Amino acid sequence: MNLRVEPTLDDRPEGSDGIDQMGHFVTGELDLSHGVALYLEDITVSFDGFKALNNLNLEIDAGELRCIIGPNGAGKTTMMDVITGKTQPDSGKAFFGQSIDLTRLTEPEIAHVGIGRKFQKPTIFEQHSVFENLELAMKTDKRVWKSLMAWLAGDERDRIAETLRLIRLDKEADRQAGLLSHGQKQWLEIGMLLMQEPKLLLLDEPVAGMTDDETMRTAELFVSLAGQHSLVVVEHDMAFVEKLGGKVTVLHEGSVLAEGDLATVQNDQRVIEVYLGR
Amino acid sequence: MRKPLTIRILASLDRKAWLALGVFLAFALIAVPVMHLVVPPESAFHLSTYFITLIGKIMCYALVAVAMDLIWGYGGILSLGHGLFFALGGYAFGMYLMRQIGRDGSYQSDLPDFMVFLDWKELPWFWTGSDSFGWVAFLVLAVPALVAFVFGYFAFRSRIKGVYFSIITQALTYAAMLLFFRNETGFGGNNGFTDFKRVLGVSITSPETRLVLFGLTAIALAATLVFASWLVKSKFGRVLTAIRDAESRVMFIGYNPLWYKLTIWVISAMLCGIAGALYVPQVGIINPSEMSPANSIEIAIWVAVGGRGTLIGPVIGAFAVNLAKSWFTVSFPEYWLFFLGLLFIVVTLMLPQGLVGLWKKLMDKKGAAA
Repeated sequence: MNLRVEPTLDDRPEGSDGIDQMGHFVTGELDLSHGVALYLEDITVSFDGFKALNNLNLEIDAGELRCIIGPNGAGKTTMMDVITGKTQPDSGKAFFGQSIDLTRLTEPEIAHVGIGRKFQKPTIFEQHSVFENLELAMKTDKRVWKSLMAWLAGDERDRIAETLRLIRLDKEADRQAGLLSHGQKQWLEIGMLLMQEPKLLLLDEPVAGMTDDETMRTAELFVSLAGQHSLVVVEHDMAFVEKLGGKVTVLHEGSVLAEGDLATVQNDQRVIEVYLGR
Repeated sequence: MRKPLTIRILASLDRKAWLALGVFLAFALIAVPVMHLVVPPESAFHLSTYFITLIGKIMCYALVAVAMDLIWGYGGILSLGHGLFFALGGYAFGMYLMRQIGRDGSYQSDLPDFMVFLDWKELPWFWTGSDSFGWVAFLVLAVPALVAFVFGYFAFRSRIKGVYFSIITQALTYAAMLLFFRNETGFGGNNGFTDFKRVLGVSITSPETRLVLFGLTAIALAATLVFASWLVKSKFGRVLTAIRDAESRVMFIGYNPLWYKLTIWVISAMLCGIAGALYVPQVGIINPSEMSPANSIEIAIWVAVGGRGTLIGPVIGAFAVNLAKSWFTVSFPEYWLFFLGLLFIVVTLMLPQGLVGLWKKLMDKKGAAA
């Protein structure tokens, strides 16, 4: 489960000495020995006084598949922004495994330590072919010089072909990605995530716009990925959440309202109030 | 099997493109000299000095247009300050040309005339080594690269994008123009550098020198096209267009866009520097007006007219607009800017892919009809 992270000239934040004030290693090996993949403690983010996240606490176990639900504005996307380095929290801790302090890393660095993110709106490279989309996402040295000299090796082609089959786009490999259907774009983005070989996948509404059939296949894929990967899925589609079958966390006004299996959460009086209004 | 780099560069152009490039070079290096020197002036096939200077100049512009296209068409970053890098390359080489005048200036001094006029007794420190061709050739690349690196690092690190970036680059070239207008700056003030006599010891106005400069410019343009096509077809090029289309996705799959943007930005600036250095000996003058905001905007217009995101487009655009300009400014000088503005509007509204896009569309139609 060890994932080496090479600190590179390109990626090192200014003034980073590798160890923060708490004595934690900022970058280094992903340490999942305590069974925790992601650890958020008292995270607060405010925008002009509005608290998008309010003392949020969340723990995701290694290999766990967790669903996050919550009404609009509950802070789901902001939480993903904090985990992936897009937004700096005003206070609180965010750790990946035991030793990687996410608040001190940039977006590309967080991608390198093994966190992949799928956006709500499928974000792929529309002008590139499906194959090239996967090629660009593939886990490799992503510095400028390496990209200038890059040449796909046979095993790398095999890996791309394998992912193409997994996301059922092997017949579309040379097609321009912008021409794919909405559901196919969602799959392509998931495929790009897998090419990164992340340890933690953050998936923001991955089945939006998919047919029922595609939704069910996606659920099967995610369930098969759990164990090897940790997954955090933000979703509104309750049938999909049920199919995934993991623990469910309900966010409301920037903090956790309830946590447990889907049935427990759905019967929670506070959750019902939040969703149905008074 | 990893292919050697030379093979990859060779493979980056198809057979037709290599053939076109070969024809172009044969024309520039063989046909043009013959038609200029051998064919008698009264023949219809004689090429005049005016023609050679004009085409040489436009080839320099075409080189700048390709450099602009790399950053704008492929990188999605519109620079309205590329005239600055062009002028910096021109000024760097101009320093050498000023030193080559020697004691043949109006004041018969070792110092360039404008320094004598300012009553300066010795060369400023930054003119050190300017009599050495090698050092100046280095400066032609290094000065634009350094300016581009420093400016680009801070701009891209602060994630300045889109129209904000364009405006700042425009301000940058304007500020540089004001600086170069000042006599105290040490680059000849508003007159700039002119009255060149020699380059590498030979007369700069002799037909042979002109032809050599013409040929070098053609080679530089052809080499730039080969280099650029390798660049955009490499994985680097794919990452670059990916940044243009979806920068956040690029970051979240682990690329740091800063270094990619900075690399292409610096390469683009260096290419402009080369173009400027080839331009100055051919037109015989460099002054701060090359840094005027309008000049940089014009570069963007060449690329837009030709078709950005293709490599041949900027070359076609630079030729089309500048040939039109040289005809217009003789026939209807006062209307040129109106025409240029109109051209930009028409191209933006009706030909988003430029002339190359129009050509492709026509070919598709023809193909569909047949």
